Amino acid sequence: MANILPQPVQQLINNFARLPGVGPKTASRLTFYLLRGTDKSLAADLAAALLELGEKTRYCSRCFNITENDPCEVCADESRDETVLCVVEEPLDVVAIERSRAYTGLYHVLHGALSPIEGIGPDDLRIEELVQRIDDGAFNEVILATNATLEGDSTALYLQRRLAGSNARLTRLARGLSVGGDIEYTDEITLSRALNGRQEMH
Amino acid sequence: MPRERTFRTEAIVLRRSDFGEADRLLTLYSREYGKIRAIAKGARKPQSRKTGHVELFMRANYLLAQGRNLHIVTQAELVEPYAPLREDLVRATYAAYVTELLDKFAPDEEVNRTLYQLLTDALARFALTDNFLLAARHYELHLLTLVGFQPQLFRCVVSGATIVEEDQFFSVELGGLIAPGHERADRNVRPISAAAVKVLRYLQTRQWGAVESLQLRTALHRELENHLHAYLAFHLERQVKSAEFLQRLRNEAQLRDSSPIEPNS
Repeated sequence: MANILPQPVQQLINNFARLPGVGPKTASRLTFYLLRGTDKSLAADLAAALLELGEKTRYCSRCFNITENDPCEVCADESRDETVLCVVEEPLDVVAIERSRAYTGLYHVLHGALSPIEGIGPDDLRIEELVQRIDDGAFNEVILATNATLEGDSTALYLQRRLAGSNARLTRLARGLSVGGDIEYTDEITLSRALNGRQEMH
Repeated sequence: MPRERTFRTEAIVLRRSDFGEADRLLTLYSREYGKIRAIAKGARKPQSRKTGHVELFMRANYLLAQGRNLHIVTQAELVEPYAPLREDLVRATYAAYVTELLDKFAPDEEVNRTLYQLLTDALARFALTDNFLLAARHYELHLLTLVGFQPQLFRCVVSGATIVEEDQFFSVELGGLIAPGHERADRNVRPISAAAVKVLRYLQTRQWGAVESLQLRTALHRELENHLHAYLAFHLERQVKSAEFLQRLRNEAQLRDSSPIEPNS
């Protein structure tokens, strides 16, 4: 079948369809919205933002978060507690923890989690850099804030092995009931950990 | 597949990947329908009623709705979480090995209740035993039998003669033992010790309860593992990823002079 759509249109559809969670139908809809959309500046703004994404971002040389300046804002901020390090899987986890406003220390982004089944090993993550950073630094505490998934747990257990000789205290985020969660629907692992980690009421 | 729009089954999560905004795509091995794929909508949100029930290696009761391509998880209730697998890296890696092998050997939507039983037994075993190496070999041999790749350990695959328990040859390509004198039938033939032949036969023909107290020398463990890994890699036409990860953990433990990760080796 001959291609009915003009090449630039088809090209954009194909590229949208490469994004996660976007199928061919959504890709066409997005493309046609841009093509004849009422918001005239959208396409130009989007193009400029995409270009800047590639040109102006890089990894922070200390924490490996995505940043415009190296070192990143968090690493350069002198008011932050430099004795605590929080290890997370992804840059978006930093955003989530920052939103909680409950943490003032530094971060280290691993860019993934270990997965023996998918073949993701320690060399695919920023683990060597983390070990080096903890060896060099003066951290009192390292918080392992990986996801509460099997891969996140495996990563934390692996880091525990690798960091066994360090002086810093290793901690792991607590597990328990989520806000607005029903006990009735909570799985037994979460419940048993919530019970084990129960707190005195003051 | 059942005709009803919704159906129930007990299943183990073999693999899962992120899908869309907050969904998870699950590969399940189910008791009633074999290997199937299903979407657990919203399962990545902590508030989801499904989250804790659809994690890797968990055994749960599912209520699924038939979809065009994928089924949709409407309810999931945990039966057995195999909690120790989540608290120990070596146990977790062996569990990954168990599910990776099953996922690669089991075809889609083919019911095999014995295979399901083998899978649940193996996960329960790795949550409990310290005899990791023996449990892994036992699982491999029984898995191979159930999926139709059973290595022939009692007759020479070239001459058909009964194998006597002495030093022999093992051919991954021809699928079993070769008696001395016929080894030229396969250029890549592997020498195998009489002790290894004996253990392989013993494991292949017996249930775990009968073999679990077996204690083997480290060298014999290594020999058995090498033969079976070569056999598995030949039939899968690729390496097993979790086995490579396991090897890395062993090497690192050795580098640090800490105790071996598998205590009985």
